[in-house]
Amino acid sequence: MQPLTRAQGRAIPLGLKNVDTDIIIPARWLKTISREGLGQGAFETIRAEPGNVFDDPAYAGAPILIAGDNFGCGSSREHAAWALADLGIRVVIAPSFSDIFSGNAVKNGILPVVLPQDAVDRLLDAAREGLEISVDLEAQTVTTPYQDRFAFTLDPFRRHCLLNGLDEVGLTMARGEAIAAFEAQRTAARPWLMRGTAA
Amino acid sequence: MASRPRTLYEKIWDAHVVETREDGTALVYIDRHLVHEVTSPQAFEALRIAGRTVRRPELTLAVPDHNLPTTPRLDSRGLPIPIADPESAAQLAALEANAPAFGIRYIPATAKEQGIVHVVGPEQGFSLPGTTIVCGDSHTACHGGLGALAFGIGTSEVEHVLATQTLLLQQSKPMEVRVEGALGPGVSAKDLILHIIGRIGAAGGTGYVIEYRGAVFEAMSVEERLTVCNMSIEAGARAGLIAPDDVTFAYLRGRPMAPQGAEWDAAVAYWRTLRTDEGAVFAKSVVIDAADVEPSVTWGTSPEDVVPIGGRVPHPEDFADESKRVAAKKSLDYMGLTPGTPMTEVAIENVFIGSCTNSRIEDLRAAAAVLKGRRKADNVRWAIVVPGSGLVKAQAEEEGLDRIFTEAGFEWREPGCSACLGMNPDKVPPGERCASTSNRNFVGRQGPGARTHLVSPAMAAAAAVTGRLADVRELV
Ligand code: SF4
Repeated sequence: MQPLTRAQGRAIPLGLKNVDTDIIIPARWLKTISREGLGQGAFETIRAEPGNVFDDPAYAGAPILIAGDNFGCGSSREHAAWALADLGIRVVIAPSFSDIFSGNAVKNGILPVVLPQDAVDRLLDAAREGLEISVDLEAQTVTTPYQDRFAFTLDPFRRHCLLNGLDEVGLTMARGEAIAAFEAQRTAARPWLMRGTAA
Repeated sequence: MASRPRTLYEKIWDAHVVETREDGTALVYIDRHLVHEVTSPQAFEALRIAGRTVRRPELTLAVPDHNLPTTPRLDSRGLPIPIADPESAAQLAALEANAPAFGIRYIPATAKEQGIVHVVGPEQGFSLPGTTIVCGDSHTACHGGLGALAFGIGTSEVEHVLATQTLLLQQSKPMEVRVEGALGPGVSAKDLILHIIGRIGAAGGTGYVIEYRGAVFEAMSVEERLTVCNMSIEAGARAGLIAPDDVTFAYLRGRPMAPQGAEWDAAVAYWRTLRTDEGAVFAKSVVIDAADVEPSVTWGTSPEDVVPIGGRVPHPEDFADESKRVAAKKSLDYMGLTPGTPMTEVAIENVFIGSCTNSRIEDLRAAAAVLKGRRKADNVRWAIVVPGSGLVKAQAEEEGLDRIFTEAGFEWREPGCSACLGMNPDKVPPGERCASTSNRNFVGRQGPGARTHLVSPAMAAAAAVTGRLADVRELV
């Protein structure tokens, strides 16, 4: 995974609430067996509208996306995170995120930043003016050229993984002995749990 | 730990923590893992690239559902009919190859046990009370109807479970939704969960695991409980569960993958301890009077956009919050609805009965009871019933339900996700309206431009017969 310490640049002022993962990437794009190239289908329904923010040249290549409440709700499809990554998005700022989406985002090097609605509104204004926004994961702050400085928090484990680009599977495999001990206990106490079949 | 009263969720959680990191992240053991074709290929590929194996292949069960066409799968000679769409065919072939390559049990598309993952798990007795169950699909919460801690995961987590049989998780907060009293006639589990989502909102459960408690859930069958828990994610909760009881045990007894004999008795004794202790504290509590719940229907593009069938399309100005006003306006534009219109005047052209929310035998019986001796209205262009599994289909055929459906003008299909998600060939055409027993009314969910109204199976049948959204209580 690509580590992330800081992102700076223009931000796409999407602003909508309840942006579900079907909006981020519709199901017809899910037939792929690869993680690549999903940017093509990203926000397809929004992009069908003339004058949408994604096709506005002012935000071309912007690494930050700003949205409303409950971003990434709905389907657990990690394709949503892959599609954002493919668009070059490294940070999403919103008042709240769905639990599954924020987990998927971090595993793909994308930082979900939770800020109160008034701070998000302020950042939306700055983004619409074409100002650059800076997000610093080490300091856990978002700043604008207007001297705004908003502090956010990310759970320490996710922060650690993002800052260092760590692979969770590798980390857990190193705990193989603890898992084996746990399994041995379970096999002794309730063998049927460890079989997955009747007998 | 044992001295503090705990909720059901906390008991299951505690029983699965392998170890806790200093930063509070827990390594949690996963008992059961369901895999389907859409969210797994990249996980298997990652294992292959890293040279990793599946730690406990016997705890994973794979079955295709999302992408599979629901048209006949075998030709007249009994040979499999190839899938026309090359991308879908490749994705299905990938699962069929990956499962045996990694030693995982696989139910093929042509087996009678095939079906939607969330129908198959409980039906086979693979999903059990008190277990942790995951699947790369957000409606995994469904299995909470058996008293399991079940939740959806992303593909990186699918890989994590395959490789380690664990997940790294932060504990959620326990939330209770208590419904006392009894549901009125014609009011189903689906109406109740839609009502609950309307009440707490699409993000009302974010960060929580919901335990559904009270007389109404105790009186429900397992299938009704599965319907309720299924849609927990539409309220933002990653999981929802109901304490297992005698109804649960009677449902599971004798299922192919459930424990048997002495092990069954030991399992039941353990499952009986899985109840929220007296005095346990919920971080959030919502109490609903069952008498307030009516047959429900959605008007917008978020599952929280719920009104009783006797209600009207809302005016965006009626919402207190500015962002909700904007969202409502956008939703109504997309849905092609005028504020103030009675919901029963909304004409529909499509009816879909199916999905992991409502495709079990009791759902089909409820719809058939309304359709018996009736026919779909002329303006209903397309009406389909898609059983949740081959076993549900066989049972329905044995009861003669298939004939009731076909005589009413419905198509009787092979099991799968079908028109729930606009991925396989079953789609609602742009601009057309569908009364659907599925779980999501998102923009484009049933196909680009499709307009979805979420309803119960009996209400979907009522809509088919009248050609508009209708109150099923007027038809029975
Ligand atoms: S029926 Fe719909 S919600 Fe259920 S698993 Fe299939 S696609 Fe997901």
